[in-house]
Amino acid sequence: MSEPVTEYAQQKAQMKPAFYATKPTGITLFMRTFLPWQIWRFVWINFKMLVIIRKSHRSN
Amino acid sequence: MARVVILGAGISGHTAASFLRKWLGKNDDVVVVSPLPYYNWIPSNIWVGVGLLKSEQVVFPLAPVYRSHGIEFKQARALALYPEGTDADASPAVEIEWTQEGKVGQRERVAYDFLINATGPRLNFGATEGLGPGKHSLSVCTPDHAQETARVFLEQIERMKHGERKRFVVGTGHGTCTCEGAAFEYAVNLEFELRAHGVRDKAEVVYLSNEYELGDFGMDGVRIKRSGYVTPSNILTESLFAERGIDWITRAHVKKVEDGRAYYETLEAEDREISFDMAMLLPPFSGVGLKAFDRKGEDITPRVFAPSGFMKVDADYQQKPYEDWRARDWPRYYQSPTLNNLFAAGIAFAPPHAVSRPHVNSRGTPIFAAPPRTGMPSATIGKVVARSIVDMIRGGDKPTHGASMAEMGAACVASAGSNPFSGTAASMIVFPIVPDFEKYPEYGRDLDYTMGEIGLAGHWIKILLHHMFLYKARLRPGWSLIPE
Repeated sequence: MSEPVTEYAQQKAQMKPAFYATKPTGITLFMRTFLPWQIWRFVWINFKMLVIIRKSHRSN
Repeated sequence: MARVVILGAGISGHTAASFLRKWLGKNDDVVVVSPLPYYNWIPSNIWVGVGLLKSEQVVFPLAPVYRSHGIEFKQARALALYPEGTDADASPAVEIEWTQEGKVGQRERVAYDFLINATGPRLNFGATEGLGPGKHSLSVCTPDHAQETARVFLEQIERMKHGERKRFVVGTGHGTCTCEGAAFEYAVNLEFELRAHGVRDKAEVVYLSNEYELGDFGMDGVRIKRSGYVTPSNILTESLFAERGIDWITRAHVKKVEDGRAYYETLEAEDREISFDMAMLLPPFSGVGLKAFDRKGEDITPRVFAPSGFMKVDADYQQKPYEDWRARDWPRYYQSPTLNNLFAAGIAFAPPHAVSRPHVNSRGTPIFAAPPRTGMPSATIGKVVARSIVDMIRGGDKPTHGASMAEMGAACVASAGSNPFSGTAASMIVFPIVPDFEKYPEYGRDLDYTMGEIGLAGHWIKILLHHMFLYKARLRPGWSLIPE
């Protein structure tokens, strides 16, 4: 990028600082790709989705 | 013998046509009119846009599928409805213009007993000066757009490998856009691919959105139970962006895009601009611009369609403040209030109002997300409309099956990186889609059925959905057993 540093700094200031956001800890990041846990979550999320589909169709 | 014409072969129209063919007798005709020769599984366009899939992998030709299942296919665009017919022919009809090679420009009137308008949205790039493919920004709304976006993205990666620094701006190209979920998905996938190519340190990724808060997604955000708290979705979304080093700008109405620069207005009515090396900015949606005429040829378009171009159905369109919005304002049967044999399914129906709280700046510029109508509700609506029409053909005098978005849940899986072992996706389930504050006073939704989490499992689900729904759309054996 060929742009003045001042503009870059100005634009950075327009953005919300990620500093104030909630950030995941190491264990959270690890669990996101930890296979045994994710296999369980795969089953659970699919089950939840099926429940929602059934609940939605019941209102038809 | 009845003839049902479906305008559009997207998720809603294709679902309606498939079930109509399954449920109607052989003497009844099912006709699909669509300007494109293929079906597109749109959620996977995101992966085309970062170069992981080819556009051919998210589409398939419709004609052979329809031919083998007894559905008549006309590759054409609908121009005008004649719901009362004309003086010469009293049958209700739709005027179409062929887009198929060899017939381009030819016009035809197609008579119908029932019509489903499932035309989806017009991608209204024209709402913002300089927005869109062929101008100064890119899109992933169609397979061709996504393919072009991937080409530019991969070109930028090559330059970064040679030491250049780049800024990517991803988001919404107007203050009234919807589909923020897709923009979010593209931003995190792009960031993931930058890491996979080893050039993340050379790139700055900025998410630019009309949402009031991150994670609004046109649904006024969602609240989920998490770690002993009821947590708003902006926490989850900000967390993912912060973790990935993606900067964000919210409450922005992009009003002009030039080569390498976007100009936007904020909710505080300040004019700002941002430079970029590549921008993927989604357009706002409008109706496709169908007209309607009565038997005498008088224009009755305002009677059938809302000013946005979307079709009026059995919703409460009375203008009222946010505090007076009710779940029951939303349609149940998707039937035109003035024409019994006319229905709208999927994105083609006019929503009664937004779902997100409306915000307008001191200049009068609206900056808030329009209501989403993703694949799951679109398909469900297509199916219930088909069921009602079948029952009406068999003697019923009114629709028999309803599916209000205020009583329907939705599952949305937003990819956050595509890899079978290190990829992740945000899985989100909401119930209902449109909050019902009379039934669930505190948050408008049932928190026992509303959830959101990020993980590899979501990525597997996204892959599963890609293959499962393309299988279903191809009408392969057992297709109707796969839920919408």
